[in-house]
Amino acid sequence: MRYFLRRLMQAAFLLTGVSMLTFLFSTLAPGNYFDEMRLNPQISAETVAALRAQYQVDRPLPVRYARWVSSLLHGEMGFSFAYNSPVAPLLWVRARNTLLLTLTSTLIAWALALPLGLWGATTLGRLPDRVLSSATATLLAIPDLVLALGLLILAVRTGWFPTGGMVSVGFENLSPLQKLRDIVLHLELPAIALVLSALPILVRHVRAAVAEVLEAPFLRAAASHGIPRRTLLYRYALRAAANPLISLFGLSVGALLSGSLLVEVVMSWPGLGPLLLEAILARDLYVVIGGVLCSTVFLAAGNFLADVLLYWADPRIRTGVTAK
Amino acid sequence: MTQRYGLKGWLLALAVLHGIVACAGFFAPYDPAEQDRAHPYLPPMRIRLVDSQGLTHLRPFFHPLHLSDGSFDQYGESTDQAIPLRFFVAGTRYRLLGLVPFRIHLFGAQASRIYLLGSDAYGRDQFSRILYGGQISLLAGLLGAGITLFLGVLIGGIAGFYGGWRDGALMRVAELFVALPWLYLLFALRAFLPLAISPVQAFFLIILVIGAVGWARPARLVRGVVLSAKERDFVRAARGFGATDAYLLRRHVLPETSSVILTQAAILVPQFVVAEMTLSFLGLGVPEPVPTWGNLLASLQQYSVLVSYWWMYVPALAIVPFFLVYLGLASALQQEAGTEKIERTTGGDRW
Repeated sequence: MRYFLRRLMQAAFLLTGVSMLTFLFSTLAPGNYFDEMRLNPQISAETVAALRAQYQVDRPLPVRYARWVSSLLHGEMGFSFAYNSPVAPLLWVRARNTLLLTLTSTLIAWALALPLGLWGATTLGRLPDRVLSSATATLLAIPDLVLALGLLILAVRTGWFPTGGMVSVGFENLSPLQKLRDIVLHLELPAIALVLSALPILVRHVRAAVAEVLEAPFLRAAASHGIPRRTLLYRYALRAAANPLISLFGLSVGALLSGSLLVEVVMSWPGLGPLLLEAILARDLYVVIGGVLCSTVFLAAGNFLADVLLYWADPRIRTGVTAK
Repeated sequence: MTQRYGLKGWLLALAVLHGIVACAGFFAPYDPAEQDRAHPYLPPMRIRLVDSQGLTHLRPFFHPLHLSDGSFDQYGESTDQAIPLRFFVAGTRYRLLGLVPFRIHLFGAQASRIYLLGSDAYGRDQFSRILYGGQISLLAGLLGAGITLFLGVLIGGIAGFYGGWRDGALMRVAELFVALPWLYLLFALRAFLPLAISPVQAFFLIILVIGAVGWARPARLVRGVVLSAKERDFVRAARGFGATDAYLLRRHVLPETSSVILTQAAILVPQFVVAEMTLSFLGLGVPEPVPTWGNLLASLQQYSVLVSYWWMYVPALAIVPFFLVYLGLASALQQEAGTEKIERTTGGDRW
């Protein structure tokens, strides 16, 4: 129990730290939303001044932070100047779409990485391993942006995937099953981009972790007892190699979130990425802070999930006895 | 021996790639800003050796392109005209490496402009723009990595060498920075800095932003090395002889971190070039008319460009060989330092 408590404390520390950090960054800003507004001749100076007073943008930083925290506790997370509404509902819709994309991609990436990594580890140094290694090295050298744009061009030129957005025109009139199909079709392209960007790293780590375990005496003993290869690999080796991989799982959530930001913008998937970009360009302060914080929450959740899994998988953590 | 050779090979490849970009003026046939409004979105020209009569020529040539009848962006080859490709021709004036005035270009043509990789909306030569754009993007990556490593060594060195509350406080902040997805961090920092600024200001601004975002991981690695180095016998002995902290750091402790720093540099530089590309692509980095690998791709955000003019994507591929070589260099450096296994399992890559 103390283990979980400590992990939760860490997550809380992370969130507080990030929110303070983003607020601190925001004081670096030489301009804000209302400065842009003042340039608009249709809005009078009095209106701008009134709005400034209403949103208290001129108050000192700690006051603004305190007000923001209280609005967070009321479930609003500050106010979006551009959308003229509280930030939380705006974020919620977008965050749902981002989650849908990243979770699907994480699952697919891991489902592919485990068998591929195992394959590489069992054929270490031989042809399949070498092919796999050069393939992952090549993929590693292709940045997310290049990959996403390339896939988009491929999709546009071949027409294999629908591009842009999350749903087709006339989505409202479809039956629930057709709606699901439509979303899945639109999900394919961004998901492929994310999976391809995460896959090489995952495969490499799985391969390294399993290759290390395969050398262990207990596995040689098990093999000489005639335990089938498949059982040996998936039940014994993978389990023993699970520890670093579970931590990596937590990390991969964060990495995919980072990647999805860009993929979403490139493929116009209506997630947090495009919202954040628009907010930056419009100087919509609280939306930016909210978006960054939202991603941190996902990240902390991913790490916490990894910790829970570790607790379940590693008796050393459960019993509080650490190795060495 | 083979490892040494590997490291040398990667360094050579790196020098060649950087050399090409550094001497962009020589390899590029035109000035990156030179416009040819009559030929927007010209597709890449084909360099030929065999002409329409089936005769083989020794000197490569190309057919000029002309707008097809009744179209504003479809080009056809004028097969009746064959323009020979000339090498080492005198052309637009430029400064080699930014210093030496020069006007010889590797190749060029006289009767018509040559577009190896097509042209953009203003008829500017994509090939020249990619080469010149590389100068900005690579410089951003190198300077950004320099700032990050400086911060990393400074912070990691202080934390590791002095320990105590300084170590505690600095490492808590580092944990924050490591935990955040770096693209979000980059965005958050960029979000609060001015948007409408000149290309030069933007360039230095994003170098600072990129450099400030990534310091945490090198700082933690440097701290680890410093922690173990300061307890080594020769360091204790030097301290016993009355060496000052500054002397110890400069002479004994920091040199120990050099292999970590080199490896980190090889990992960070391509990552930061990509960061510049990403920011400029999204319109948050260096703006037009200065070409960078990022803003050369910005036109792809328009659907019509994406559908019709595939060669606008080519600048994206320029980063790939650089990335490959830097990754190869990083793993060669790790092998050299004997830390390959540790790096591999702790994820010394782009996460």
